Amino acid sequence: MISSLSFINQKGEILIYRVYKDDISRNEITQFCAKMIATKENKEFPIINIDQTSFIHISIKDIIILATTKTDVNVAMVLEFLYQLSKICKSYFQGNLDENCIKKSFVLIYEILDEVLDYGIPQIADPNLLQKFIQEGGVQQETTINIEKLRQLTFTLTGVVSWRPIGLYYEKNELYLDIIESVNLLISAKDTVLRAEVVGSIELKSKLTGMPECQIGMNDKLLMGKQQKQTKQTIGISIDDMKFHPCVRLPKFDKDRTITFIPPDGHCQLISYRISENINIPFKVNVFYSEIIDNKLEIRLKIKSIYDNNIYGTNVLVKVPVPKNTVNAITATALGKARYEVEEQSVIWRIKKFQGDFETSLRCEINLGTTNKDQVWSKPPLKMEFQIPMFTASGLRVRFLKVMEKAGYKTNKWIRYLTKGGEYLHRL
Amino acid sequence: MSRPSASASTSSSSRSSRSRYGKEVKELQDALNQNKIESKRDAIRKIIDAMTRGKDVSMLFPDVAKNMETSNLELKKLVYLYIINYAKIMPDLAVMAVNSFRKDARDKTNPFLRALAIRTMGCIRVKLITEYLLDPLKESIKDEDSYVRKTAAICISKLYDVSPELIEEQGLLKLLENLLNDGNAMVVANAVCALLIVQESKGTTMLQLNPYTIQKILTAMNECNEWGVIYCLDALAMYIPEDGKEAEAILERVSPRLNHNNPGVVLSACKIMMKFLDYLQNPETIRQNALKMTAPLISLLSLGKEPEIQYVALKNINLIIQKRPIIIEKDIKVFFCNFNDPIYIKLQKLEVLSKLANNDNIQQILHELKEYTQEVDVEFVRKSVRTIGRCAIKLEKAAEKCVTALWECLKTKVNYVVMESIIVIRDIFRKYPRKYEMILKDLCENLKSLEDPEAKASMIWIIGEYVDTIENADSLLANFSENFKDEPANVQHQILVAVMKLFLQRPNDGKELIHNLLKTATIECENPDLRDRAYIYWRMLSTDPELAKKIVFTERPTISDSSYTIENELLDKLIENIGNLSSVYTKKPESFVKKLRDVLNSKIADKIDDVYDQDQLMEGKPEDYSDQQGGQSTVYENNYDTSSQIQSQIQQSQIQQVSQKIDLLELDDNQPQQQQQQQPQIQTQIQTQIPTQSIQNIRIPFAEVLTANTPGSQTQVQGLSIETAFQKNGDKIVLDLKITNKTQDKTFSDFGIKFNKNPFKLQPDTIEIQCQPVFPGQTQIAQSLINTNGPAFEEPPQMPYKIQVALKTNLDVFYFFIPMSLSVLFSSTASITQQKFIELSQAQNIARKQEVLQIQIDPQRMKERLERNYFFLIGVRKDERGVELLSYAASLVNGMPLLVNVIHTPTAINLQLQVPHPTLMPLLYQAIGFILTLN
Repeated sequence: MISSLSFINQKGEILIYRVYKDDISRNEITQFCAKMIATKENKEFPIINIDQTSFIHISIKDIIILATTKTDVNVAMVLEFLYQLSKICKSYFQGNLDENCIKKSFVLIYEILDEVLDYGIPQIADPNLLQKFIQEGGVQQETTINIEKLRQLTFTLTGVVSWRPIGLYYEKNELYLDIIESVNLLISAKDTVLRAEVVGSIELKSKLTGMPECQIGMNDKLLMGKQQKQTKQTIGISIDDMKFHPCVRLPKFDKDRTITFIPPDGHCQLISYRISENINIPFKVNVFYSEIIDNKLEIRLKIKSIYDNNIYGTNVLVKVPVPKNTVNAITATALGKARYEVEEQSVIWRIKKFQGDFETSLRCEINLGTTNKDQVWSKPPLKMEFQIPMFTASGLRVRFLKVMEKAGYKTNKWIRYLTKGGEYLHRL
Repeated sequence: MSRPSASASTSSSSRSSRSRYGKEVKELQDALNQNKIESKRDAIRKIIDAMTRGKDVSMLFPDVAKNMETSNLELKKLVYLYIINYAKIMPDLAVMAVNSFRKDARDKTNPFLRALAIRTMGCIRVKLITEYLLDPLKESIKDEDSYVRKTAAICISKLYDVSPELIEEQGLLKLLENLLNDGNAMVVANAVCALLIVQESKGTTMLQLNPYTIQKILTAMNECNEWGVIYCLDALAMYIPEDGKEAEAILERVSPRLNHNNPGVVLSACKIMMKFLDYLQNPETIRQNALKMTAPLISLLSLGKEPEIQYVALKNINLIIQKRPIIIEKDIKVFFCNFNDPIYIKLQKLEVLSKLANNDNIQQILHELKEYTQEVDVEFVRKSVRTIGRCAIKLEKAAEKCVTALWECLKTKVNYVVMESIIVIRDIFRKYPRKYEMILKDLCENLKSLEDPEAKASMIWIIGEYVDTIENADSLLANFSENFKDEPANVQHQILVAVMKLFLQRPNDGKELIHNLLKTATIECENPDLRDRAYIYWRMLSTDPELAKKIVFTERPTISDSSYTIENELLDKLIENIGNLSSVYTKKPESFVKKLRDVLNSKIADKIDDVYDQDQLMEGKPEDYSDQQGGQSTVYENNYDTSSQIQSQIQQSQIQQVSQKIDLLELDDNQPQQQQQQQPQIQTQIQTQIPTQSIQNIRIPFAEVLTANTPGSQTQVQGLSIETAFQKNGDKIVLDLKITNKTQDKTFSDFGIKFNKNPFKLQPDTIEIQCQPVFPGQTQIAQSLINTNGPAFEEPPQMPYKIQVALKTNLDVFYFFIPMSLSVLFSSTASITQQKFIELSQAQNIARKQEVLQIQIDPQRMKERLERNYFFLIGVRKDERGVELLSYAASLVNGMPLLVNVIHTPTAINLQLQVPHPTLMPLLYQAIGFILTLN
């Protein structure tokens, strides 16, 4: 299992260092830092073995979280654990994980590290639960002397429903569902779709009393096919793969594809899914690069939105790559603003609001410097970012959401949809 | 923790810093000794901070440890953290902590406090105090709180690491096993995990997997958290189901886990599925179960997934599709590279793409690959070009398309693209000779930019190969020859070969060139290989140019794509470790985990000890033998339980012979030190040139098969001693006999011999042995010719392989066994082709095993030795790491094939044996050992 865990900054300095087994020395870690991180040599490779020690690391912005081991460890588990650990830390630091908050709260992190791993074996990595008994500045005394509360906590920690404490009560019972989809698209220079895929997630936020049983139904083709005869309206979509939060009963899903669960309190990602069939591509892009004369390049860009005209895309951003030796760019467009940004090596076109079923265009004139003309310019792909509320590129819809609790209360439910641009790329 | 550097220096500035340091320490001590919780907490925060930065604060140990008994939990945790860090280097002081642990572990109210004490005391890895912790630990195993019990389970594995004897003595392992019956799933999962950890360091099975425990684990899996699920799955993966039905039932319980959010769970579930599918019979069930893995595996690669996890997934997919290609057949698009993918993912995706390429999707894949060749990352571009080449070699029908793509690469004129393309085209020309000559012209336009020696060598090889087609080949080669002396060895080599080809094909154009070149190579070159080759060419040319042509233009073995696949045996091992580091490194776990290796070695050593325990008569030093020859002695691992006198005699003589030989070869231990130092060169020579004389076949040493005190079967005559050995003489098998008469008064004569039925149908040509009468005290040598037309014996040979023999004399009939080496039974005609070798080695019903021979022998000599004994070199190829793999094969007199892949390392030879029947394995190993060590 994991022998040691460290948090390391960009300079290769150790910020946190916790040993779980004594088969590793601090020297080995400092050598790794000096060799790999400070010099950036081979830093990309997340898993390396040096002299019988395996170094497994992830990077969260400027922080590197490193696990070491001397055994043939389940590395998929270790990597996932490291990511969950980073999420735990973020949940304590309001979504940040940087050198400052680590230095400030190192005591807290050590306390977390003591709880999440025992002898290098992952134990608990649920941020909501950990916050119940590990807090900056110590947990309030009253919890530590109230035997009943302590019992409940340990029961929850090791129990069947480890994600939800007993005895929750809310005045108002509320349940929010956010369906968030990222469209990943790759279009070749010849305008054929090389890859179109939606990676979606159903985010759940619950404020519910007691131990509610929930069930969620979507227009999943396989489920609907089982339940009723298909009419035109109820043709479902086919979902390639779904991944569930531990609260979802997997054997039940495997048996009849119903999704039932007791939700964790607060926020969680209930389902992540992947769909690759019948994707509604929200934008169509046409782009032409032409060299007018020497040192001058013209780019013409046309974008058409292909969703209903009563919905709007927001924060649309188009990143049009230009050569390295670009001096400046003159842009002309009817909608939004476009300008050349040196650090991005692109013309960035921003559109605040983009109506459905609408077409707009951009024309840029690029002035090029005379340098390195011989070198071939390997064009990176054109990239788009956007957000479209009330639209799902996959066509996924939540058909029903049931909450059953023995108290029999009424629950207010909200469901929202949002589609975002993921890796939305056009090769040039 | 490393000590601070400040303490060692003497300069005045550092002295002042040291005094400042001393002052700080004093301040901290004071703060710790105050009563206020806040000041204590502050002080210890500072101490921990210093500890993190690698400063030595161990001198504060007594002051910190005093604060253990605080009721403030936060302070206590910090103190514990400190103690864990320094207990190892200050064991005496660590004892101070024991009382506090014992007290906390028995705290009545707070389960967190109890668990904290149990967890922390396990981390204090000092033998001295383990004993004191056992009582509280035993109590905690029965704690009412499951949180404490799950901590206790792991604590047992921690303490086992510190003092295994104590833990076993106290019966704690039994208690740990009992925790499998705990009502709480997390406790069960942690117990499973702890048992597996103990199992690994102990080397014996701790987690008994049977239908009962399997049910326990399956139930626990449904109720514990995601990490627990992984421990349960990893344990299940070690289970060997009794039949297909059981395997199917387990798969049904496991497959829902494929939908889990945690990639660790998904891959561990895949591991079980991949392993258990082998136990299913119905092809349709296998197919359905296999396809269940497709979508979950691909999801691990979806965009936005953490790149490190994608990397692990790709590595595993690469293994999975080699074993069961059906799992990912259509979804090639997920393996297309994204512009922003980290390089390690891109390279891995190319690897998978080349595996997935087939005649249907090649067009699409090529289109992508061509796209990649225009990117900026040199490593990625080169690998993309190489992948095009691999596709060409793999798919004959699509080769033309691939060549066209490479042609386009050549035209880009981008230096590294061109160079890589040339290397790849060379391989294509080797696979499809004379098929794609149309690109020669463009190839020849790129001669100036070849900086990379491999590209240059490839280009020269191509020119040499097509001297007849390329008109200006002579001037091209003349240009290359100009800097002949400055080129690296591989380029020089190719220049020499190419110019030779030029001369043989176009004598007039190449005459001057070859003359000068051979002169330079033989006179001025220091590289012995090159010089030798030049000499050989020279002599060939001066004796028989026509023959030289035949030799130089001889047909070469074709290359195939198989070099990129993983050996089946390794693959199966890696499949068992899906999701683990070994699957990422593509190496067996024991190759990078020292602990596993130690356990393996000690097991082998135990077995050797067993052999020696049984053979009280053995002379010599068993320790020496086992140290040097650990690998070789596994030959005997299957036979040490046999107890009959004859067998143990045979063993004895074999072992003695081997060990004697070894003494001869590895002069080190018995040789006086001085001599070694004086003659280091001779020493190494002897080591590398194991067989110094060249003889036709190896001589199997005589074995005493009949001792003088063994009575005959009819008249109980004693005093006849016989030593025998089966030998290969040319393509004939003979039996050499050494007959000694140890009686005082009797004379033995009229010898005749008969064999019992045996697996290889051996029998003597004639029953009579041509031998003079043996008078008292005399020894006679005799020989009997053997053929293979005898009656068949259905059972396969056992180790040691021996034949029962009846020896008739004028006085009595004697029965005994004659040991036989497999090396005698190799057929003298080579009947296994490379094609056949590949087919055979991929066959399902062939047994495989890895062995190591601890002898130093250079590949050439090894080849000579083996081939002289009818073990023929079939091919040489390189695996992914560039390690050369030599394939040898022989067939037995009954037609059975024997295959061996050999990897040479500086100190040993790694053998991968493949035989049609497992019982042949030790025999083959023994035979190779004989061939390489005996004269």
